Amino acid sequence: MQPEVPDRDYMFPGHVGCPGCGAAIAMRFLLKALGEKTVMVIPACCWSIIAGAYPQSALKIPVLHTAFETGGAVASGVRAALDMKGDTETTVVTWAGDGGTFDIGFQALSGAVERNEDFLYVCYDNEAYMNTGIQRSSSTPYGAWTTTTPGRDWKKMRKKNIVEALVAHRIPYAATASIAFPEDLFRKVAKAKAIKGARFIHIFASCPTGWRIPSEISVKIARMAVQTNIFPLYEVEDGLRYTINFFPKGYLVKEYFRLQGRFKHLTEKDLDQIQSMVEEDWKLLLRKAGLS
Amino acid sequence: MKRVLEGSHSVAEAVRLAKAEVIAAYPITPQTHIVERLSDFCADGSLNARYLRVESEHSAMAALIGASSAGVRTFTATSSQGLALMHEVLHWASGARLPIVLAEVNRALAPGWNIWTDQTDSLAQRDTGWIQLYCETGQEVLDTTLQAFRLAENVSLPVMVVLDAFYLSHTYEPVDVPDQEQVDRFLPPFTPRFMLDTERPCAFNQMAPPDVYMEMRRSIQEGMEEALGRFAEMEDEFKKIFGRSYGAVEPIACEDAEIILVTSGTMSSTCRQLVKELRSRGEKVGILKIKLFRPFPAESIRRRLKTARKAAVIDRNFSFGSGGIFAGEVKAALCDIPERPVVFSFIAGLGGRDVTVGDLENIYMQTKNHDVPQQESIWTGLRPASAPAPDLKR
Ligand SMILES: Cc1ncc(C[n+]2csc(CCOP(=O)(O)OP(=O)(O)O)c2C)c(N)n1
Ligand code: SF4
Ligand SMILES: [Mg+2]
Repeated sequence: MQPEVPDRDYMFPGHVGCPGCGAAIAMRFLLKALGEKTVMVIPACCWSIIAGAYPQSALKIPVLHTAFETGGAVASGVRAALDMKGDTETTVVTWAGDGGTFDIGFQALSGAVERNEDFLYVCYDNEAYMNTGIQRSSSTPYGAWTTTTPGRDWKKMRKKNIVEALVAHRIPYAATASIAFPEDLFRKVAKAKAIKGARFIHIFASCPTGWRIPSEISVKIARMAVQTNIFPLYEVEDGLRYTINFFPKGYLVKEYFRLQGRFKHLTEKDLDQIQSMVEEDWKLLLRKAGLS
Repeated sequence: MKRVLEGSHSVAEAVRLAKAEVIAAYPITPQTHIVERLSDFCADGSLNARYLRVESEHSAMAALIGASSAGVRTFTATSSQGLALMHEVLHWASGARLPIVLAEVNRALAPGWNIWTDQTDSLAQRDTGWIQLYCETGQEVLDTTLQAFRLAENVSLPVMVVLDAFYLSHTYEPVDVPDQEQVDRFLPPFTPRFMLDTERPCAFNQMAPPDVYMEMRRSIQEGMEEALGRFAEMEDEFKKIFGRSYGAVEPIACEDAEIILVTSGTMSSTCRQLVKELRSRGEKVGILKIKLFRPFPAESIRRRLKTARKAAVIDRNFSFGSGGIFAGEVKAALCDIPERPVVFSFIAGLGGRDVTVGDLENIYMQTKNHDVPQQESIWTGLRPASAPAPDLKR
């Protein structure tokens, strides 16, 4: 059963994200689930801009903007301070991009998760460094064009599997979510909110500007990523118990790739290879979930 | 109560008495004794603080930025490579106007690996917006750490308490450890002007375009300017309660001095010894010890130095392509006054090389025997180029 998503918003409409920005949609649903007793830490990313410049803020909760690689550490400090003040009720949440999570902020995140700090870390994943103009990250998928993987130098490495990296820390709760499945996203955030210790949610958040897609298909593309098994929806409890939340009918990855300018250079052969990579990853996930 | 304490433990005692609420730290020699002792205090309950054993110095400072923004008293300690790694977030702490206190044990920067004392690590952070206080003795270390919290919270700027590796961090001295009641009178609980609060949601450190950024920077400088006055006021109060004070600068036998040695840190103690000997031989020599480096007490320095004929600034640090860092600052402070001493700049004791009374006497004699410095910076105590490196296998 999916929960009712409340009407109340903790985000003002006047943010400065691009039209169709998946990261803005993701934030909106996250905050609906977290509510006003939330303190948010935002390291450098598109959201450093989207949230607005001094003296305005697009968010109705306290926000601490911080240096790019500090998401895990700053939140640890906020948590420690609130605990010292006897406030164990407020949720401390870090909201970071894929670059701030998979790459430069990975050390601080790993440290915070290893210490099992009582906080929620949310990565909105737009699969590149968008703030600085679409450069590749370790989350950029195999096959993608970015401004640092241009022409025939398109990215030839796999996307790092961040959830599995955190599962290896035996994190109490890790989940993937998508802007195209808001009820599932809402439920996972609400569930994470109630858990003690470190929690991680990886949200697939399409980026019309960086992916070279029309803004009106932002959500459709996110849905296709799930339907093609490119971005499966699942949860892992205590680093052990896997639950897969959505079993797609097996759409072909081609359809997803063909809609995006960032993949337009790929040949049929490349797409076949990507199809088999996606299938291999899905089988691995099924095995972990004890389903094969 | 008088106790025999290691310099590092003097820092830890002060942090305990100051009732720091969140500590985050990462080990590096020669700072480790500070954070180990604080771990003991947290473990045995004599300090009620959250202690974050983070995975790097960068994260230590970042965690304190989070904690301080949420309105609690915070502390960390580091040295050398660790301080260098923090650089980015040192700027963040001052820009966000957070009264974080950091004990920095002066250690040389690599390569080659060298754990001994050298001030280049802390002085390389001079433009980060941190108040910097240099210490000479174990007592001064304890007192300055207490003072640091009050000063930081008065002007909403972070403070670095700086002490020499080993000569201070690992040396045992008799130290008067004050009562909790006295400290509480000097240092009331931290009441932040702003903090993360779900009842009053605000955005902190957000984007600041050109039309607002410059005013924000100016206000940091105003905080620094205020710190000069607040330092004196704070020391008066400290003296009333504890009977001790140090001064932003301390003049020693300067009134009639023709030559003044300008020093900082533990080298000041060696200079005191030398000056005693030289004075007994009738030499007109004094010392100006600089404790406060940021904000730089230029006016006090001008006042103390202007009557001397010569000043010899002794730097245990170096800015490549320029010179001794204290010397550069002192020259800049003096250049606007018509009657000023000739400034000699000496480099000594880098990477923990011992600086003896004899070495300092050489510096004094060179200053006395020349009308003007032979070089921009005079490196002292160098092995002659022809001498082989010492044979370590012996
Ligand atoms: C230490 C440091 N290096 C580089 C930058 C420049 N920078 C700011 S945001 C960013 C990319 C952010 O990428 P990501 O985390 O994926 O967030 P997105 O912009 O895609 O939302 C970079 C490289 C910085 N702020 N700090
Ligand atoms: S670049 Fe992408 S992630 Fe950034 S604001 Fe625009 S659409 Fe959103
Ligand atoms: Mg990104």
